Amino acid sequence: MTLGLSLGVVVGYLLFALAVGLVAYRVSEATAEDYYLANRSIGTVVLLFTTFATLLSAFTFFGGPNLAFAAGPEWLIVMGTLDGVLFAVLWYAIGYKQWLIGDRHGYVTLGEMLGDRFGSVGLRALVAGVSLLWLFPYVMLQQMGAGEALVGLTGGIVPYWGGAALVTAFMILYVVLAGMRGVAWTDTVQGLFMLSVVWVAAVWVVSAVGGVGAATGAMLDARPDFGSFGGGLYSPGFIVSTAITIAFGVTMFPQINQRFFVAKSGETLKRSFALWPVLVLLLFLPAFMLGAWAVGMPVEVPEGANVLPVVLNEYTPAWFAALVIAGAMAAMMSSSDSMLLSGSSYFTRDVYRPVINADASERREAWIARIGVAAFALAAFVASLFRPGTLIEVGDTAFSGFALLALPVICALYWDRTTRSGMIAGVLVPQVAYLAVVLSAVVGAVPTLPRTVAGGWDVALGLMVLSALLTVGVSLVTAPTAEGDASRFAVAGD
Amino acid sequence: MSRSRRDLVWIPTFAVLVAFAVPWPLWGVDRVVAGLPVWIWWHVAWLGLCAALFSLFVRSGAWERGMGLRPETGAEGGPGSESGPALGGDRP
Repeated sequence: MTLGLSLGVVVGYLLFALAVGLVAYRVSEATAEDYYLANRSIGTVVLLFTTFATLLSAFTFFGGPNLAFAAGPEWLIVMGTLDGVLFAVLWYAIGYKQWLIGDRHGYVTLGEMLGDRFGSVGLRALVAGVSLLWLFPYVMLQQMGAGEALVGLTGGIVPYWGGAALVTAFMILYVVLAGMRGVAWTDTVQGLFMLSVVWVAAVWVVSAVGGVGAATGAMLDARPDFGSFGGGLYSPGFIVSTAITIAFGVTMFPQINQRFFVAKSGETLKRSFALWPVLVLLLFLPAFMLGAWAVGMPVEVPEGANVLPVVLNEYTPAWFAALVIAGAMAAMMSSSDSMLLSGSSYFTRDVYRPVINADASERREAWIARIGVAAFALAAFVASLFRPGTLIEVGDTAFSGFALLALPVICALYWDRTTRSGMIAGVLVPQVAYLAVVLSAVVGAVPTLPRTVAGGWDVALGLMVLSALLTVGVSLVTAPTAEGDASRFAVAGD
Repeated sequence: MSRSRRDLVWIPTFAVLVAFAVPWPLWGVDRVVAGLPVWIWWHVAWLGLCAALFSLFVRSGAWERGMGLRPETGAEGGPGSESGPALGGDRP
């Protein structure tokens, strides 16, 4: 009975979200563009929320509370610092410059911008390929999150693979039906919905257990170590390297990076970020504290389930718990959808057209993109069945892979002397090294290389330093190629 | 000139904002204030401070000057100014 209700709400809401996406797409194709083109104030809000919507993933809703439940509420500090502060600073440093350059030359993807600057199709395809590579675990993460969410909501009656398959099917439907254009404002609506619903959930649960003080008291009774800052998993090395790799990684995410180009007004890009730290905190505080408080609650979290659905099931009516989970899954679905769309534009613009088939018709290109997205999502689904790590581990792997791109890109943006060889070395070598580390954990035949050294320092952080050193070092010893044109990145004068 | 030199203050400001968003001075402190560990309150207050300083930064026009653009002209290029030093971010 309750099971039927929960599943009904979840599937119903997913269908509803799909329908809203479709209608929004049909009706407002021009309006979505208008937001960016015409009205500065709306542009700011939409840009802010579409960027915010990328936070609405399994990493935030399920991975974060799970980690806070297992290791303590310090995760709030890590995420708040990296997303609320460091990412905002990078938004100014990378985003605005990229916008100015993109505005002058009409670039749409990162690979296109770099390929044009350095006169290199190879670099363009390399950057796109690397981006697609790390998009894979991130899409997989959404499927894992959805699978685990339904296990938690239904107490294990719906198997893990069932939830993962459900969200995969909706992802593909969304892309194939809604076409090749992301609908920014459905992200915005879903973002606002989830933000409010998470607060309602927090108030509901907290009042059921007797207030914030009582919740924290019970948490400290169960896990006294949760009260003091640091300790356990949260070593300084872990905090610093996680914050840095994720924040830099987020700026290179195809979907986020493309936002740097699509804003039609520099003003929009500029203003958006003043409110960012507060907005981020509003989402993270209730979500992660619910996870941490759960240790003091009389709830049983099944193996392999997410903690948030379990807590909601215990303290809120079944329909509300199902609604939160459905909302989270819908938000995850639509943001992974935008990621898949950005990814497919990387594939068609930077790999397929320049490398494979320059004469493909628009129609053919659109179909290649759709089939590519479906194949990508299905492959990620199959990989998600093996559950290669926790949500946080898988997410962190993806973010770190993207982060290795960031310093060479910053170097290219701000240092005229950067050469093509410098860029290729700075991108390729750390990627190969990191891939070896990641794959060594998956492939049984080879010894597993360490992911962290000396008490929680992520090797990806070292590889980021390597990427910067290689880019600068190789650039200094090689001459700029004739095809390169540093003036392409000049933003002042003519 | 003195104006753009004053703009450089934003670089250490941002460094401090990022560095102390993590409540390092409260490492190991386990006091609970108003229902939450005190270091969570530090973080909440700090992110509020960040929001305030970010909006100040945006209004100051330091960003445009750092990019070699004049603040009055927005995205238009300033005369005779090549892309200047990058402000408000890491310079590799």
